[in-house]
Amino acid sequence: MSGYTEEYLRQKLTERLEATHVEVIDESDGCGGKFRAIVVSTQFQGKPLLQRHRLVNAALAEELKTIHAFSQKTYTPEQWANESKD
Amino acid sequence: MNVLGRNIAQNLLRYNRCGLIQSVAGRNFSASALDAKEVEKLVKNNKVVVFMKGNPDAPRCGFSNAVVQVLRMHSVNYDSHDVLQSEELRQGIKDFSSWPTIPQVFINGEFVGGCDILLQMHQNGELIEELKKAGIESALVKEAEK
Repeated sequence: MSGYTEEYLRQKLTERLEATHVEVIDESDGCGGKFRAIVVSTQFQGKPLLQRHRLVNAALAEELKTIHAFSQKTYTPEQWANESKD
Repeated sequence: MNVLGRNIAQNLLRYNRCGLIQSVAGRNFSASALDAKEVEKLVKNNKVVVFMKGNPDAPRCGFSNAVVQVLRMHSVNYDSHDVLQSEELRQGIKDFSSWPTIPQVFINGEFVGGCDILLQMHQNGELIEELKKAGIESALVKEAEK
């Protein structure tokens, strides 16, 4: 499969999106084909959901050619602070 | 639903380990993508149009299934296109929307997003608003009014 690891994707997303918090979970039992990600970045501020997801997709454009299942949640730091409270 | 008339025989499809269905021979003869004009026709043919793996009665991927279930809850009538039946369509729709994954949902000819976005819009009520803008009343609204 793709061979990408949680750590590799986490680092890439953190760098590309200047993210303050990134969680990546491999849901493919290690085969590297299916991931779930949470990204928290100030770059998402004032952007609708579609634009946020496009930023994430763009950051992983190369990887998404071989990763065939990718689920994402995007938050601004404030939204994330509220989310973590619950 | 084979709107494109290019049906890749079912026996050319196979599951790989992660559940991805690949058309083994299909890739060789239809590697090109459908051009933007043809995709646009499909996208504008109905108020809600979904590009998915499988069809609404038999989705062949959990993400596509999630979209089908959400639209069912809102009792939305929509066009669905099975990208597994056409490699040209699968590539064409990705190029058209600049979106790398399937499923893809269009409302009023506008790209709305994939499974994550539709789910989130369903949860925060935005989907009801978007449907309303397209002149569709969600079944969830009708139910609430009873």
